[in-house]
Amino acid sequence: MAYPAGLKYTKDHEWIELTGDRGKVGITDYAAQQLGDVVYVELPEVGAKLKQGQSFGTIESVKAVSELYSPVSGEVAEVNTALKDKPEAVNADPHANWMIVLKLTNPGETGALLDATQYQDLVK
Amino acid sequence: MEQATAAPLKKTPLNDRHRASGAKMVPFGGWDMPVEYSGIVQEHLAVRTRAGLFDVSHMGEIEIGGKDALAAVQRISSNDASKLQVGQAQYSGLLTPQGTFVDDLLVYRLGPAHFMLVVNAGNIEKDYAWIVEHIKPAGDAVAVNASSRYALLAVQGPEAVGIVQSLTGVELAGMKYYWFGHGEVAGVLATISRTGYTGEDGFEIFVPPKQADKVWQAIIAAGSDAGLIPCGLGARDTLRLEAGMRLHGNDIDDTTTAVEADLNWIVGWKKDDFIGASVLREQKAGGTTRKIAGFEMLDRGIARHGYDVYIDDAKSGIVTSGTQTPFLKKAIGMAYLPAEHTAPGAEFDVDIRGRRTRARVVPMPFYKRK
Repeated sequence: MAYPAGLKYTKDHEWIELTGDRGKVGITDYAAQQLGDVVYVELPEVGAKLKQGQSFGTIESVKAVSELYSPVSGEVAEVNTALKDKPEAVNADPHANWMIVLKLTNPGETGALLDATQYQDLVK
Repeated sequence: MEQATAAPLKKTPLNDRHRASGAKMVPFGGWDMPVEYSGIVQEHLAVRTRAGLFDVSHMGEIEIGGKDALAAVQRISSNDASKLQVGQAQYSGLLTPQGTFVDDLLVYRLGPAHFMLVVNAGNIEKDYAWIVEHIKPAGDAVAVNASSRYALLAVQGPEAVGIVQSLTGVELAGMKYYWFGHGEVAGVLATISRTGYTGEDGFEIFVPPKQADKVWQAIIAAGSDAGLIPCGLGARDTLRLEAGMRLHGNDIDDTTTAVEADLNWIVGWKKDDFIGASVLREQKAGGTTRKIAGFEMLDRGIARHGYDVYIDDAKSGIVTSGTQTPFLKKAIGMAYLPAEHTAPGAEFDVDIRGRRTRARVVPMPFYKRK
């Protein structure tokens, strides 16, 4: 699986697609494969304030529950409610099916995120 | 799912086959086992609608023979083995004097005075030691841990009978559920049993370990047209839960009795005596304070093993198994509840990571094949 160069990644296997002071957040293909069939995604409300590394929800596969961690600090501006009824979309295309959009409150934090090459090395 | 294990993981004779096929492997009961091949949902649906092939060689086989073998089995096994004819099997419990589970098992009557007990992988040594100790008073009977002599393949699903029949001369259509026979499968001498842990029709095939891969490959080849796929323990777990089957270590253990687990049907009530009998008879007559029940979630969320149950804000029980089922597409589970709260329709809350989530008791099994 190719990790898109336009995304930034965390060691917890989330990605963020930055556009100005906003970022779409999802989980990586590696994370989706490790989880197996996703059957449930629990996401925060719009307006929730998150710190970098804070849990913003949970994702469940048939077998296991995992926390979702915010790649950066920010306020939840949008939630992908379509995942409520189609959680399996995460497996089908993890890098397109985002979970939340964050309005960044500390854009400087993005400097510490991994780029595609670094992330690829991490999960090799 | 990941657990630290001191001893190296044991491998079934099909370990190389699983790894070469790209299965996702996990430690389970001390064994390195495939949890999934192509995905739990896909594998689960294959078994419900077509067929799936499982390696369950990690299961243990303990044989009991000798003049008093029946008396020995009757003493340690809760069900009534005297009802078994040669060629027939039954589900049963290996119980403590308190009526709780050392393990659950299948009892096969291989001969008039020769039985085979199929036990859970993680319990083989414990069960064997227990059996050796507790058959002593029964007289002339000896127990042998024969686990290393068998590999075990399970072919499950509505297409299983046709697939296995294409590989054997043993007539399967006339073989009743929970009966077994002996003969060649793909040219390998085998014991073929019409049993399984999926709630679907199917067969469990005991073969010599060295021949396991040959039989595995023959079944894959014979089943491909019918849509058979290899399956892992993940689908085995969701299938058995949909079928309402208990899992030792989750739903039953040495703290839960056969009556509490609503398994009265595996107790031979007419037998003279067996380990655990007096407690079970008391509980059958007088009732128990708690009992297992099946449930489905009313609110969104998946209740899982170990989550607390609340009734009117009082902690009242515990979830023992729970998942989102691929076939019924519902969040279901089993829980121990106050016995008076186990009638279908009764509602309660499950604490899902701090959130009270509504659930309702429903009859088990959740899924019953037509």
